[in-house]
Amino acid sequence: MNAKTMPLNCLPLGRVGVVRELLAGAEQQRRLLDLGLVKGTAVEAVLKSPAGDPKAFQIRGALIALRNGEARQVLVGLQ
Amino acid sequence: MGLTKQSTGIGAGRDYSIYRSGAPGEKVVALAGNPNTGKSTVFNSLTGMNQHTGNWPGKTVTNAQGRYQFDGDKFLLVDLPGTYSLLATSVEEEVARDFLCFGKPDVTVVVADATCLERNLNLVLQILEVTDRVVLCLNLMDEARRKKIRVALDRLEEELGVPVVETNARNGEGLEGLKETIAKMAAGWVSTPRQVKYCAEVEKLVAKLSPLFAGLAPNNRWLSLRYAAGETRVLPTPGLGIAPPDLAEKNWAPEICRDRIVTAIVEEAEGIYRRVVKVENDRHHALDRKIDRLLTSRALGVPIMLGLLGLVFWLTIKGANYPSQLIASLLFGLEDWLAGLGFWHLLPPWLFGILVQGMYRTLAWVVSVMLPPMAIFFPLFTLLEDLGYLPRVAFNLDHYFKKACAHGKQALTMCMGFGCNAAGVVACRIIDSPRERLIATITNNFVPCNGRFPLLIVMASAFLAVGVPLGGGAAVLSVLATVVIGVAATLAVSWGLSKTILRGLPSSFTLELPPYRRPQVGKVLVRSAFDRTLFVLGRAAAVAAPAGIVIWLMANVTVSGASFLAHGAGLFQPLGRLMGLDGVILMSFLLGLPANEIVIPVLIMSYTASGTMQDMAGLVHFRQLLLANGWTWLTAVNTMLLALFHFPCATTLWTIRKETQSLKWTWISFLIPTLAGIIICTAVAAVARLLGLAPY
Repeated sequence: MNAKTMPLNCLPLGRVGVVRELLAGAEQQRRLLDLGLVKGTAVEAVLKSPAGDPKAFQIRGALIALRNGEARQVLVGLQ
Repeated sequence: MGLTKQSTGIGAGRDYSIYRSGAPGEKVVALAGNPNTGKSTVFNSLTGMNQHTGNWPGKTVTNAQGRYQFDGDKFLLVDLPGTYSLLATSVEEEVARDFLCFGKPDVTVVVADATCLERNLNLVLQILEVTDRVVLCLNLMDEARRKKIRVALDRLEEELGVPVVETNARNGEGLEGLKETIAKMAAGWVSTPRQVKYCAEVEKLVAKLSPLFAGLAPNNRWLSLRYAAGETRVLPTPGLGIAPPDLAEKNWAPEICRDRIVTAIVEEAEGIYRRVVKVENDRHHALDRKIDRLLTSRALGVPIMLGLLGLVFWLTIKGANYPSQLIASLLFGLEDWLAGLGFWHLLPPWLFGILVQGMYRTLAWVVSVMLPPMAIFFPLFTLLEDLGYLPRVAFNLDHYFKKACAHGKQALTMCMGFGCNAAGVVACRIIDSPRERLIATITNNFVPCNGRFPLLIVMASAFLAVGVPLGGGAAVLSVLATVVIGVAATLAVSWGLSKTILRGLPSSFTLELPPYRRPQVGKVLVRSAFDRTLFVLGRAAAVAAPAGIVIWLMANVTVSGASFLAHGAGLFQPLGRLMGLDGVILMSFLLGLPANEIVIPVLIMSYTASGTMQDMAGLVHFRQLLLANGWTWLTAVNTMLLALFHFPCATTLWTIRKETQSLKWTWISFLIPTLAGIIICTAVAAVARLLGLAPY
């Protein structure tokens, strides 16, 4: 796989990325994992709030809002 | 959690025992599930109780309990907070986990959203590791059918090894079947729940650890997994008397172990989902997405939010006037009839004064002035809540909360405050960081609650809607402006606190935006009528009746030529004048400390008792009463501002004291809004008078 890797908050709306790595610390990582963001999970950027932060992502059938600070800690690969 | 007797007012901070509290012979049933899966609706339908429901995650923070009977057996149902997992350390998850692991429920019902099964299965698999007495309740089946999501029920039962029941709790579909299955499970149905199989290394470690936890609750496999993953906080007591096993072998690290455990569960859930669920229309989100894009768009998101709120206020103000007149003439006709009864001649005149002119008249005013606006406002607000709009509000506003260094969930606790500030303060438990929780607690009072909305709406419709060009519009705008000022104050004070006495950075935040649900208009009407309108009105009436007596006495017992009431009002008159109000208004707010609902009754009683007797009530006469007592537009505006900015009611203060365990923070919560009120009202009055817009 030589696809491009980027932090989740940079994923353009409507595009799907696949989780490569979580950079967060232990407690935060746990929360991200609980949302189903394990390696290999497909995530679609769906919504931007009026101010551009937070953004909402389609993760395993649920629409989840993440602040850019958190989303930055999820590295995704574009396919 | 919500606006019922259980969760507002005095009941707001009550802690339900974490451990089983069933009476002898009673079966304890735990109700678990992801947030926003309709758990509270299932709870209400089973128990016939009015636990508050709404389409937003995080309503239930404490364990609500209710009872029901089935086939002659008694069941105690415990509604646990919604959680995504049992492993993290937020308060909700701790409460749910502790009950499931150590409360030993006879049956655990996991409520899952049929439209979002994959994510829900994650929690189901975790719960199956804790207990084998599980029933899966597949809820929201109507939504699933509408979205053409097919779940193969028997296949799912087979995969999970526990019974699965399809329900649609909102209209009662499938609930008898659920009760029956719960009863069977409680009677000892043998199930073989699926256990997630982990990678060889983890399983080896578990095999090594499990003898150490033999015989401990919930079971040694679960405890070993937690230990291996370094989650020692999850273990029942730190002093288990177990020597730490040698985990250093083969480069073992708890973090890696945890990562593998979570990944295995998520992947297992994904596998089951793929085998069991068929999505016939993979564009079922399309409409939701379109609506979402509109409601959160850069250009329209905030205007739509204000527009919707404005529409709610407009309908309320326009619609409340006529019924108010009608109720007033009915109730005051009844007063004439009461007064005409013969037996008053046999009793001393002061008793007639206290009971009819004091108590009954106050009650009649309260009902005729407050009931119509509430009966329109609350159902409309509940409708918005039911649709799933509140999380979108939180999503739109989060940026500002982040700027104020506050937690994103504060937008939700703030929304809760619109219902009841005491309930809003309790809801602040969903915020983990103590700093941000305190900020949310202290600032919750800046949004008007159920008790204060009627005050705002009545002021606006009595004073700003009549005799003003575009009357209705001005009234709506004034209420809307009050709410916007309240939200702005919430943000400003949150920011101020984070820069001074509660310094720090905002912590992480995730929020689920649930799918929109078609609200059940009929149920919304009934529920908001009983849960909110009658509850708030009942509380107002319960305080207004004795208050009517006390105020009648204060108005009629004279000392050195003037009544107590006149003395009191005179005492506050200078400050009241300075703030563009009068002494009576300030005294009404002070006497309204027990509950904001009684500010209007006290105001009315004080004005009517001091000479200008009013035979008829209703909004029009209310306006005349105020005008006769020297009110101007400035008085009305400043009264609305004071309604927004003054000390929290006694119940909220008591709840803050209980939640923060600190007298200091309770005082701060008292002083900040009070000082803000004095300063803002004084400033508005000064400017208006300086510009010659209002008389001194």
